[in-house]
Amino acid sequence: MDAATPPFDLDAAWRLHPQVSVRPEPFGALLYHFGTRRLSFLKDATLTRVVTALGDEPDARSACGTAGLPDPAPAAVTDALATLAGTGMIVRRDPL
Amino acid sequence: MTVVETRAPAAAAPRLVDLFEAGLRSPICLTWELTYACNLSCVHCLSSSGRRDPRELSTDECLRVVDELEAMQVFYVNVGGGEPTVRGDFWEIVDYATSHHVGVKFSTNGVRITPGVARRLAGSDYVDVQISLDGATADVNDAVRGPGSFATAVTAMDRLAEAGVTGFKVSVVATRHNIGQLDAFKILADRYAATLRITRLRPSGRGADSWDDLHPLPGQQRELYDWLVANGEGVLTGDSFFHLAAYGQSLPGLNVCGAGRVVCLIDPVGDVYACPFAIHDAFRAGSVRDPGGFTDVWRTSDVFADLRRPQTGGACSGCSAFGTCRGGCMAAKFFTGLPLDGPDPECVKGHGEAALAAVVSSRGTPGSVPVPKPDQDHSHRTGPAGGGPRPDLRSRPVPVIIGRSAPSAARAVSACEDDPLAGFSSGAQPPA
Repeated sequence: MDAATPPFDLDAAWRLHPQVSVRPEPFGALLYHFGTRRLSFLKDATLTRVVTALGDEPDARSACGTAGLPDPAPAAVTDALATLAGTGMIVRRDPL
Repeated sequence: MTVVETRAPAAAAPRLVDLFEAGLRSPICLTWELTYACNLSCVHCLSSSGRRDPRELSTDECLRVVDELEAMQVFYVNVGGGEPTVRGDFWEIVDYATSHHVGVKFSTNGVRITPGVARRLAGSDYVDVQISLDGATADVNDAVRGPGSFATAVTAMDRLAEAGVTGFKVSVVATRHNIGQLDAFKILADRYAATLRITRLRPSGRGADSWDDLHPLPGQQRELYDWLVANGEGVLTGDSFFHLAAYGQSLPGLNVCGAGRVVCLIDPVGDVYACPFAIHDAFRAGSVRDPGGFTDVWRTSDVFADLRRPQTGGACSGCSAFGTCRGGCMAAKFFTGLPLDGPDPECVKGHGEAALAAVVSSRGTPGSVPVPKPDQDHSHRTGPAGGGPRPDLRSRPVPVIIGRSAPSAARAVSACEDDPLAGFSSGAQPPA
């Protein structure tokens, strides 16, 4: 993860950016942002479950739980989420 | 391509390269050439374009292809040709694609970028335009792309800038004659707030005939590599220079041949090939006109299944650079007569030169295999019917060649030879 990427707030409410499409792949998923033309690879199924659950859960911590991760989620997961937030693939939203 | 890798802590997470070599459910993107018709006759045209092919996909067939791409979640298509904008239904296809979640990036020589088109592009969030330019000056550009083509491209860029379009791409094929202009290209792109894109010359299409004279010399490859490394992600490369990774570090982007694994080509008549530089029966996987459509071609064709098998590396497997270069470009090898599991003709370790010399010295000897020829030729025919001798490209500077081509087995029928570009007259200003 980039040193400049701020730490990820697990207790905030997040969602996929409305211009992002998710395409399932055998290894996880591909994300494409139609606004920034950026492509992201979610290289495993667990992270894919977390990302797709973000919009339906009150906060990211719950989304990690839904995906079967322990609390707190491993640093690699929060780092990946921070990268996705830093590139605008996922964005903050109002709490449910 | 801008790539962000994100992964959770799976044990020994696979590298992207390995995931891609097994292929994806759908291409990440694909090149879709809408027509073989073109107002230009670039000497290195990868698809030997010039005249429209009467078998080209109809408007309705194109829209059905878009439907498939939408269902497969192909995020965007790189539309080209030929000159795609000369199709009368070009904007209908573009609009249909973008309203069906398929983004469009199209390549043009600029001939139809009128002020009105430029304004239209300024108002579209899902259409990117790429202007082809192979010299930072008219003399260098026009020697490859034809007289007046530099002026046409500059006029198009001026119109895009006037309409407020920024971030369009200026797309350059690196040649022996323009490597010395890399800084000038960057300055030109910056002046338009455009993004420079530099890609590799392949010996495909008419490029098979001009490659010997246009491809960068070994010293120039090093110059190009150093320049690309210095400019980093600010310059796009279409991920086409992974053979240069053998110099040291990988260039930004996906450093892997995506042919049939993450990309492919749909040609104007609907044939599906492994990549835009491999228009040859050996790499033809099927047609969008087949009963199962593009989806079945992508998921079940034998040609693509072969490409997705693990690659052994062959003669390259003992090379210290194989992990990054992976043997280079399949099309470059194929159309120079080299074995696909050996070195790239432009191998930076010099192995390609020896392999090429072996091909040349075996030519005509018993048992030698002829260098494959491109399967399609839609070049303009301005010479006498039956074709004259090919001009000698070895002289300097590179002569401008418009539509002089030897006849080939697969040429367009006579019905469309006289007027491949209805309504287009060469040299005329595009309508305002």
